[in-house]
Amino acid sequence: MDASNTTVIAPSTPSIIAERVIKISARNVDVFYGAKQAIHDLSIDIPDRAVSAFIGPSGCGKSTFLRVINRMNDTIPSARVTGTIEIDGENIYDKRLDPVLLRARVGMVFQKPNPFPKSIYENVAYGPRIHGLAGSREELDEIVFSSLRRAGLFDEVKDRLAAPGTSLSGGQQQRLCIARAIAVNPEVILMDEPCSALDPIATARIEELIDELKQNFCIVIVTHSMQQAARVSQLTAFFHLGFLVETGDTDEIFTNPKDKRTQDYITGRFG
Amino acid sequence: MTDLSLRAAGFKSPVARQRLAKRYRAEARFRSYGVIGLSLTALFIALLLFDVAVKGLPAFVQHSLAFDIALDPQKLDPQGTRSSANLAEADFLQPLRDKLLSYFPDVSTRARRKALLGVLSTGAADDLRETLLADPSLIGRTVKVEALLSDDADLYFKGTGTVITSEAATGSASLTQLPEEQRFTVVSTEGDFARALAEIKRQLSRRADDFQAGAERLRAERQRLETAGGPADVLQKNLKSLDLKIGEFQTRATDLRDRALAANAPEKLDSTVPSLLAEVNSGLIKAEEIASDRLTGTALLLPASLGLAAPGTWRLVTYETPESSRQIGDQEVAWLESLKRQGLIRSHFNTRFFTAGDSREPELAGIRGALIGSLLTLMVTLTICLPVGVAAAIYLEEFARKNRLTEIIEVNINNLAAVPSIVFGLLGLALFLNTFGLPRSAALVGGLVLALLVLPTIIIASRAALKAVPPSIREAALGVGASHQQAVLHHVLPLAMPGIMTGTIIGMAHALGETAPLLMIGMVAFIVDIPSGITDSATVLPVQIYLWSDLPEIAFQAKTAAAIIVLLVVLFLMNGFAIVLRRRFERRW
Repeated sequence: MDASNTTVIAPSTPSIIAERVIKISARNVDVFYGAKQAIHDLSIDIPDRAVSAFIGPSGCGKSTFLRVINRMNDTIPSARVTGTIEIDGENIYDKRLDPVLLRARVGMVFQKPNPFPKSIYENVAYGPRIHGLAGSREELDEIVFSSLRRAGLFDEVKDRLAAPGTSLSGGQQQRLCIARAIAVNPEVILMDEPCSALDPIATARIEELIDELKQNFCIVIVTHSMQQAARVSQLTAFFHLGFLVETGDTDEIFTNPKDKRTQDYITGRFG
Repeated sequence: MTDLSLRAAGFKSPVARQRLAKRYRAEARFRSYGVIGLSLTALFIALLLFDVAVKGLPAFVQHSLAFDIALDPQKLDPQGTRSSANLAEADFLQPLRDKLLSYFPDVSTRARRKALLGVLSTGAADDLRETLLADPSLIGRTVKVEALLSDDADLYFKGTGTVITSEAATGSASLTQLPEEQRFTVVSTEGDFARALAEIKRQLSRRADDFQAGAERLRAERQRLETAGGPADVLQKNLKSLDLKIGEFQTRATDLRDRALAANAPEKLDSTVPSLLAEVNSGLIKAEEIASDRLTGTALLLPASLGLAAPGTWRLVTYETPESSRQIGDQEVAWLESLKRQGLIRSHFNTRFFTAGDSREPELAGIRGALIGSLLTLMVTLTICLPVGVAAAIYLEEFARKNRLTEIIEVNINNLAAVPSIVFGLLGLALFLNTFGLPRSAALVGGLVLALLVLPTIIIASRAALKAVPPSIREAALGVGASHQQAVLHHVLPLAMPGIMTGTIIGMAHALGETAPLLMIGMVAFIVDIPSGITDSATVLPVQIYLWSDLPEIAFQAKTAAAIIVLLVVLFLMNGFAIVLRRRFERRW
C-alpha cells in the first residue's frame, strides 16, 4: 500500500472528542462492493451531542461510511463490511443485533427530501406507530407535534397537517424528513448532503436546525459544501479515494490542515 | 477562435445550406412516415367500427305486431282456476293465430295459414303466457299485445327485403277470376304491361347471348380436341358428349332468342326476375304470365270485387329484388306490407337482447347468458389472479434472492406470457376437467384457465409497478426503522397499486376477449339458461359471438355484430377505467 494513502489519524486527539462522550467508534473498517473496495481501513471516533462533518470529493466513500453506520448498506446484496463499529460500546455488526432496531436508533436524512406520499401528520407518525412509541392517539399527537416543533416546521404546517407531505416546498419537505427522523427519538442522526437539493435560504434554515439539534443528538453530516461544514460542524473528517485522510476539530482542519490533500481540497485545488 | 469563426461562416456556405435542406427533407420524410402509419391505423379502426356499427345497430331494434286480443276465458282457462299450472298449459298461440287470420280472411288452405303464421315468432305465444302468468286478471279482457315478428319478417322491416316501386296504371282494368283457386286475370285497355314485357324480352335476349357464347366456347373446345387427336375411342366419346352439350346450349340460345324476338308473345315470370304485381280492387295479383295487355297470376291478397277498375284506381307494383334473392317470399311481403299499411307494425328497442339467453331463433336470442357467464368467469379469474399475481410479483421483486432459480422463474414467467392461449385451454382440459373432475363448460373452470393465462401479464405488470416506486421511498421507510417487509407493505405496495390495478384491468380485458382456451374446456356449448353460479354451464361473450357467427340464419349476422358492439363497449369501459385509475393515482416524486 502506498505510504501516502495510509490513513492518518490526527496525532493529537481533537479537542471536541476530548470534551464529549464518544458516541460512535469505528476501527479498521473496510467496505467492499463486490470486488471493489470502497473504504480502506477506516478508524474514527465521533462525539455525542456535536456535529461531525464528512467532506471530500465525490466517490471518496463518505456516503458509504454514513450508510455503514446505520447498516443501510445491508440492503445492497454485494456490500460487505469488516472491522468494528460501536455505538455506545456495542458492536452494530454483531449478529445478534437487529438492523431494523438499529435504524430506529440511528435515524437518517437523505440527499433529496423524500417524504412519504401521505399526509404531513402521517409522515411523522409512521415511525412512532411501527415502534409502538405512543400508547394513545393523544400521545401520538404529542410526539408528532413536538417533532414538528423541534424541526421548526410546526408553525408552518399546523393548519394543514392532513395535506400531503409532497405538497410542501423543498426546504419544508427536508425539515419534515428531519421531524420524521427525530420522531422515533434516535440517538444519532445521519444526514447525507441534506441541503444539496435546497436553495440558500432553505439551506440556512436547515443549518440553524442542525445547530439546535446537536444539543440532543449525535449528528453526522455528509456535505459537499466546505462552508457548510465549517459553519455547522465541530469535527471534520476529510475522505479521499476511500481513505479517511484527516480528522480534526473543524477550526483546525480549515485553518491548519495537516495533510497536503486536505489543504488542496479545502482551498479548491481539486474536488 | 479563428477556427470557430471560420466554421460559423461555413454554416452559411452553399454546401451547408444543402446539408440543412437535406436534414429538413429527412425530418419531413420521417414525420410523414409516422403520419401515414397513424392514418392507416385510424382508417382501419374507423372502418372496423363503422362496419360493426352498421351491421350491429339494427339488432338493437325489433319489430312487433301490435293488436288487441280478446282473451277468451273459456279457451285459456276452462276450469276458471287462474292457477299458474293451468295457464302454463293453455294454448296461447290460438288467440294470436285467430287474430292474425282475421286480417286475411282469404287465407284458407292449411299451407297458406302456416305461411301466414310464420310471420310471427314462436316466442310470441310465450310472451303472452308470461304476461298472463304475471297478471291472470287479464283473462276475459281485451288486451293490447305486441306479438314479436319472426326474424325474417323483422329483417324485412329493417330494410333487407326489397325495394318496392309502384306506379298508377294508365288504362282501365278488368279483373276476372279463373277457374283455378285464387287465380285471376287482369286485362288493361292501354297495354300497361308492355314495358314490363319488353324488359323481360331484353333479359331473354341477354340470356340467349350468354348461351350462344357458351356454345361458341364449346365449339372451340371441340376444335382443339379434334386437332389434338389421341386414342380414337376416347376422342369419340369426348366429342360426343361435347356435341350433346353444344346442341343443348344452341337449342336454348335459339329458343330464348325466338322468345325475345316475338315482341308481343306472352311471357312467364319466374323467381329470378323482379316480381310484378297488379294492385286491383284492393287485391294484389302476382304476375305469373304477362302479355302487353294482360296479366295472369295468383292473388296474394284477395280482391274485394271483380270487374272493371278505372284508370288511376289500380296500380302496378314491382318488388325489385327477385324472389329467389330474398329471404322472404312475395306472399309474405304482401302480407307484411298490408299489416304495415294498417298501422299494426311497431318497432321498439330490443330489450330482449339484454335479458334473454341464447336461442335457436334469432329474434329470441340474447346475450344475457353470455354476459353473466363472462362476469362469473372474470370473477373467478380475478379472485385467483390478483392475490397470486401480486404476491408473486412482490416476492420476486422485493424478497427473492437473485440467484439461478429466481432467474429461471423470471424467464419462464415471461415465456408463459407468450404461450398461445389454446395451450392453456389444453392444460385446463387435462388438469381441471380430467384430473380434478371439475364440471365441464363451467365458469369455474373457464376462470381458472383464464387465470393461468392472465397470471404472467399481472405478474409482469405488477413487478414493473413495484420497480417504478422510487428507491427513496424505500430508504425513507428503512431510515425510520421500518423492516423491509413493513417498508414494502406500508409504502411501496400502496404506491404501486395504481400500476398493479391498471395491469390487472388490462389483463382482465384480455381475459374477457379470450376465446380459444374456453373452446377447449367446453364453454362453447349452446346454453339457453342464464348461469346462476360458477359451476353452472355457461358461455362467455366472445364465444357467443363465435357461435352466432357460425349460424346460417341471416338475422344472426346482426346479432353477432351487436354482441361485438357490447363486447367492445365493455372492453372500452374497462380500459377507460384503467386509464382513469392511472391518471387519478399517478404520483410524481
